Amino acid sequence: MGTGAFALVLVLIVCAIGFELTRQSMLSIQKFGFSFWRTETWDPVAGQFGALPFIWGTLYSSILALTISTPIALGIAVFIAELCPNWLKQPLVFLTELLAAIPSIVYGLWGIFVLVPAVRAFEIAVPSVLRQTPLFSGPPLGVGMLAAGLILAVMVIPFTSSVAREVLKAVPPAQREGAYALGATRFEATRAALFYARTGIVGAVMLGFGRALGETMAVTMVIGNNPRISASLYAPQHTMAAVLANEFTEADTVMHLNALIEIGLVLFIITLIVNSLSRLLIWSMARGAKPPVALPGSEIEEAA
Amino acid sequence: MRGTAWRKLLSSLFVGFCALSVLLALVPLAFVLFFVVSEGFRSLNLDFFINMPKPVGEPGGGMANAIVGTLIITALGSMFAVPIGIMSGVYMSEYAGTRFAALVRFAADTLNGVPSIVIGVFVYGIAVLPFKQFSALAGGLALGVMMIPIIARTTEELLLLVPGSMREGALALGATRSRAVFSVVVPAALPGIITGVVLALARIAGETAPLLFTAFSNRFFTTKLTQPIATLTVMVFTYAISPYQDWHRQAWAGALVLVSIVFLCSLLARFATRKLEGLHSR
Repeated sequence: MGTGAFALVLVLIVCAIGFELTRQSMLSIQKFGFSFWRTETWDPVAGQFGALPFIWGTLYSSILALTISTPIALGIAVFIAELCPNWLKQPLVFLTELLAAIPSIVYGLWGIFVLVPAVRAFEIAVPSVLRQTPLFSGPPLGVGMLAAGLILAVMVIPFTSSVAREVLKAVPPAQREGAYALGATRFEATRAALFYARTGIVGAVMLGFGRALGETMAVTMVIGNNPRISASLYAPQHTMAAVLANEFTEADTVMHLNALIEIGLVLFIITLIVNSLSRLLIWSMARGAKPPVALPGSEIEEAA
Repeated sequence: MRGTAWRKLLSSLFVGFCALSVLLALVPLAFVLFFVVSEGFRSLNLDFFINMPKPVGEPGGGMANAIVGTLIITALGSMFAVPIGIMSGVYMSEYAGTRFAALVRFAADTLNGVPSIVIGVFVYGIAVLPFKQFSALAGGLALGVMMIPIIARTTEELLLLVPGSMREGALALGATRSRAVFSVVVPAALPGIITGVVLALARIAGETAPLLFTAFSNRFFTTKLTQPIATLTVMVFTYAISPYQDWHRQAWAGALVLVSIVFLCSLLARFATRKLEGLHSR
């Protein structure tokens, strides 16, 4: 059958992405080498290209988003998979998945006109004692890392929670039944299930991480697009995806374009690694071939 | 050993936390939808659909060119992605278990995870740079690349759902393997395959990042595939970050249209899935 040829095209596209991005950024790779990723200055006019601020901003915003979204997403997954009555399951799954269906640009638009003013109000309201700390230093602009982290968190929640839900479904019922039979409370039984599913849960969180790393439009509209490294949640910063969206069409030197494409190449490689790892973890869990593991903590054993 | 009361309290707190997280996620959803619908409805009028954009800073006008542009580009993307996606899906389900099928599956999942902006950069390199020209074709190619893995994976999954007896029946009647697949198995899964295509459409109709430097944008009406072309998403982006009140208004209108398109596609996909489930329960 000829279907193999089409399948080959699919494989070739992925190879072509890697090849093309490498080819187009050769100039920048050869000129700057690894110092590209250690240099803090990004000044296209002066011909100085250091990508550290973008790496920093991408990691900072993604990790901030995960910190906010992970507990919420896992809470949702547990609630839908373990706790809520059957009739409520379908509507809740539908609503959480709706979060994933809203286009990034719409989140961005909402971010500019609704979230950013709200964040500014919050930033002003933060007590001055906290404002002395590096985390809250700087003028309360509204646009900046905090707004980006919040909007990313909302966008990542549906991905993490839907995979976590699937993973929890793959936990054998005997796990929970056993815990309940030993007199465990709901929390203890669920914790046992979560512990059993831990590999897949980590995979679910990593999947969200992969999404957050590459998210472009919503982030670029609220983060402030300033290539300066700062620890502050208030500071306008920049990400790898955002700088591509902002400067690509305006790049007037070959070196600028090459440097931008190199950022794209690295973003490609990072998301490839994160996604592959996450799939591996989810896959190893969902197959459920592993023997049951010991329960965490001592409470349940004591209850026996 | 801790007291029973304490354990019960902890358990209740935990249940409360889980319920609270559901609420915490639904609050932004409600907020986004509320603003898109209320602001969008206030701004949406016939002008938006039939008029061209006015010169910069002048109030009024619409996004007719961008609506046509979005339709053209998604159609181009589908033309490119549907054959490759469906055929790859058929391959993966037919040769499931072979090394190459596993490789194709890995490639599809990888492609699915590639950030859309990176796909834009890739297509810029192969379809814009060589011709020194942003074009609708390049935009369609970028969206097509994003659609392929979604279509391929749903096709594969749905073909595996088709009862083996159907294929065996066809083979027993003397059909060749490809005849059995394309005349019996694929038609049985067709509603599901259409679902995959519609889902892919829903996902890419709202994409902005891969179009920024492939289709670029255009203030004028064009249907030429070799010219830069306006799209709703890029237009919403440009208008949202502009300093003009009236453009902000139009950006909300555009957002409402986008969200409506996406939801309509999702509903359509849901409807098609129902039909398929009906087929299997028979």
